[in-house]
Amino acid sequence: MFGIILRHIKSAISYTLRTPKLLLGLALLSSLLLLSLVGPYLIDVDNARPISVPTNRAPSAEFPLGTDSGGRDMLAVIIVGTPQTVRMGLLAGIVGVVLGASLGLIAGYYGGKVDMIISAATDTMLTIPPLAILLVVAASVRTMSVENMAIIIALLSWMFPARTIRAQVLSLREQPYVHMARLAGLSNIRIVFEEIMPNILPLAAASFVGATSGAILAGIGLEVLGMGPQRTPTLGMTIYWAQLYSALIRGLWWWWLPPILVLIVLFVGLFLVSAALDEFVNPRLRKTG
Amino acid sequence: MKYAYFIRRIMMFFVVVLMAATLNFIIPRMAPGDPIGAVLEELRARGASTGGDAEDEIVAAYRARFGLDQPIYIQYLRFLSNTLRFDLGHSISYYPQKVERALLRALPWTVGLLAISTLFSFAAGSFFGAMMAWPRAPGFMRRFVPMFMVLSAVPYYLLGLILVYIFAFVMRLLPLGGAYSSGTIPRMDLDFLLDVARHGMLPALSIVLTSVGFWALGMRGVMVTVLGEDYLTLAEAKGLPDRRIFFAYAMRNALLPQVTSLAIALGTVASGSVLVEVVFNYPGIGWLLYNALRTSDYYMVQGVTFFLILTVAVSVLVVDLIYPLLDPRIER
Repeated sequence: MFGIILRHIKSAISYTLRTPKLLLGLALLSSLLLLSLVGPYLIDVDNARPISVPTNRAPSAEFPLGTDSGGRDMLAVIIVGTPQTVRMGLLAGIVGVVLGASLGLIAGYYGGKVDMIISAATDTMLTIPPLAILLVVAASVRTMSVENMAIIIALLSWMFPARTIRAQVLSLREQPYVHMARLAGLSNIRIVFEEIMPNILPLAAASFVGATSGAILAGIGLEVLGMGPQRTPTLGMTIYWAQLYSALIRGLWWWWLPPILVLIVLFVGLFLVSAALDEFVNPRLRKTG
Repeated sequence: MKYAYFIRRIMMFFVVVLMAATLNFIIPRMAPGDPIGAVLEELRARGASTGGDAEDEIVAAYRARFGLDQPIYIQYLRFLSNTLRFDLGHSISYYPQKVERALLRALPWTVGLLAISTLFSFAAGSFFGAMMAWPRAPGFMRRFVPMFMVLSAVPYYLLGLILVYIFAFVMRLLPLGGAYSSGTIPRMDLDFLLDVARHGMLPALSIVLTSVGFWALGMRGVMVTVLGEDYLTLAEAKGLPDRRIFFAYAMRNALLPQVTSLAIALGTVASGSVLVEVVFNYPGIGWLLYNALRTSDYYMVQGVTFFLILTVAVSVLVVDLIYPLLDPRIER
């Protein structure tokens, strides 16, 4: 099993170096990581709290990104908020993919009635617009935190991973080496974990990036509508406050533009990584574009 | 079997609708406290004094009035029968207006804005995507379309904010938001329609710019597969003109899966509209939902959500029922 994983890692590294799309995506994401790692040493991130600095200042030497109407230092908000937003996405992405991959594995490997029930549930959930449910749930939850939001979003992001992984397992199940393992008397659990699981890891990784990006998108959507964590300065909440206090028509561009730009860097980075991973998993796409 | 497929598909539709209604019933009831208590608490917070014994009587009277004293399964059945008859109750903020009336008034704005921009980006995106996979396409296509694909990763309402700032606030070319100038009365004449078009420009642009890439990406994927088919090699061997091979042989066949996504995208128009309408103050379904959430207008929230789920379910059902007619291979 470890041999296969090691081989995956090796080919993943050489693939990264040959793919400009992946390199660019990773570079964008690491620049954000660097910002949130180094930032706290350069400026006082406590100024991300309301009423810590003078209000409505344009960018200057003292406040490189200016300050908002609530008395927050915008650079501090970006430095503190970016990892919060990413953390929410990663948490929701991990829970969503683990949930989806397990359901996909079970449905694909066991087939029959189990498969029928899981597939029907997946298809049904896929037709329900997630934002609609998220809004109703979020409106019912009294106090929202980054973690609750991640869990709520994760419960609606397992369907795509479940579907793709089920399809992959269906074809893997009929591979000669799986038949061999079965003939050799391996238990179902060992076949699933040792023969099938290592082969769906690349696919799971690709759907993890997709799920994380989708979760961040859903989270930002909730936050922009004011349903996010009120006390945590995430990027989406910053846009919400800016909207609420009409920052746009007051000309306070430094309030809403930086979080949007950071989000664009984040989404484009995730998009490039996920597109490159899709091509890695599905070589036919590599030929064009 | 043909009929088995149709029957199974229609049953699944009813399951989705039932589930949507059930979720709408359960989720608000999972929240701590009950609606009457919440209202009283709010009144008390505003300084209203309520006596001890009298308060219990008031609570009991209101619980009876809203049917909250009934056993939970009776409440559930009553809720279901009302919802399925599209009786969504009264709005709390705009009492005594009915939720379904408010929905019907907001619907034309959402459908007008979103449907037009979705159709436009579908047509443009499918053409660009097909060109990208086509080996004899002009070279600039291949450099210019990936830009749109990257743009498709950006949420449209964030792009919308930037567009509003540039075109409406800095350059003052287009209005900041709304669906028509305040003070004008909606009527069917040219002036008003032009005004509506001017207001719809920026929201439509932000949707089109961010979704062309999505359609191009999907089209490219299918096109690559279609181009590998034998009948294309045959068409080329016969010496058919390039233009004819591209449109009639390759693109026509590659469009089929795209049409499915289009139908679903048109069905999600209402739910996709929420954020763009909030950013642009556009008086459609999304704006209705946003205001209902802000004012805790629970019946309105439930009604709009149910409506959003219903539209998606209907469009997916229509696609699935029509698809076997378009592609006979689907019938098993």
